[in-house]
Amino acid sequence: MKMKLEINGSQYEVDTDRNMPLLLVIRDMLDLKGTKYGCGRAACGSCTLLVDGEAVRSCSYPVSLAEGRQITTIEGLSENGQRHPVQQAWIEEIVPQCGYCQPGFMMATVALLNKIPDPTDEDIDQNILNVCRCGTYFRMRKAIHRAAELNKSNI
Amino acid sequence: MRSITISNSILISAPILVLIVLYAFTFQEMEGHPAEKPQQEEMTPEEAFEVMMQVLTHKRCINCHPDGDRPLQGEDSHFHHLGVVRGPDGHGLPAYQCNSCHQDRNNNFSGVPGAPHWHLAPKSMAWEGLSPGEIAHSMTDPERNGGRTIEEVEHHLTADPLVMWAFEPGLDQEGKPREKPPVERGDYILAVKRWVASGAVIPE
Ligand code: FES
Ligand code: FES
Repeated sequence: MKMKLEINGSQYEVDTDRNMPLLLVIRDMLDLKGTKYGCGRAACGSCTLLVDGEAVRSCSYPVSLAEGRQITTIEGLSENGQRHPVQQAWIEEIVPQCGYCQPGFMMATVALLNKIPDPTDEDIDQNILNVCRCGTYFRMRKAIHRAAELNKSNI
Repeated sequence: MRSITISNSILISAPILVLIVLYAFTFQEMEGHPAEKPQQEEMTPEEAFEVMMQVLTHKRCINCHPDGDRPLQGEDSHFHHLGVVRGPDGHGLPAYQCNSCHQDRNNNFSGVPGAPHWHLAPKSMAWEGLSPGEIAHSMTDPERNGGRTIEEVEHHLTADPLVMWAFEPGLDQEGKPREKPPVERGDYILAVKRWVASGAVIPE
């Protein structure tokens, strides 16, 4: 089945099964490798991206549901060469270790800050349920607070 | 040559045989139904209540009517993995909604169940740990059922796609079919309608 997708502001057309996970379409058909495959069971969050601004685990999201919606992946965060505040904060706090889980965490953070611009530690713990095998949670928490600050100073 | 002829005849006759067998089964089933139907229609209100409650007390219903802030999941009704909570409106937390993972249909690739407006019943509609009679009191009490009339309760129980999901619960993360309630969907709907039509009396 042919479907039109809007990803990071660009239009794509794909021809695949309508139940194909969005993650596999993005990675394997459109070659956007920033979004990662972790568990394929909606459990780890490494495949998190935004659909109309909401965090979605794309390994469990049929591609046909994405038609007519705006998809944002980690590749679409920066604008005009300017780092997104979440990217900037991640660099300042030197968050990643192996890095595999990080795009998912960063996209979940963007969704969190859209909803709760100045999250408490509890907000972070409850709203970001991704998994990092390297245990970078502590640095991530600092980076999320830093991104909130950067967001405020950008306004 | 000869063996080819034999295989050809097997090839031709096998599907016909299958069709005959299938037809026989279908025909038997068709014959079975008219005999069962009047029985269902003659269900007493008490029998209808019992059939309905076999479904409403099943884990496919109770897991989303928990008595607490965490959804239940699985055949053993354990707390939802990953510390998932109900959130302010039963749809999860602002940036981690039920719909972050659950879509409007089952996902048999990932083993994540789904149906339209996937969410938890409000706390006032907690059924976990209640007896069938207590569940019936809860769902007919406008103070606890969200101000629904009995007709609206009937509609929720028999037509809401989220409730109907219980009869098509899909595959779990190991690829195994989730357990369905012990009553067929048609019989359950008939029982609910029969119970409501007979005055929604809750047996003591
Ligand atoms: S790969 Fe999607 S949640 Fe793990
Ligand atoms: S940085 Fe290695 S899994 Fe998170």
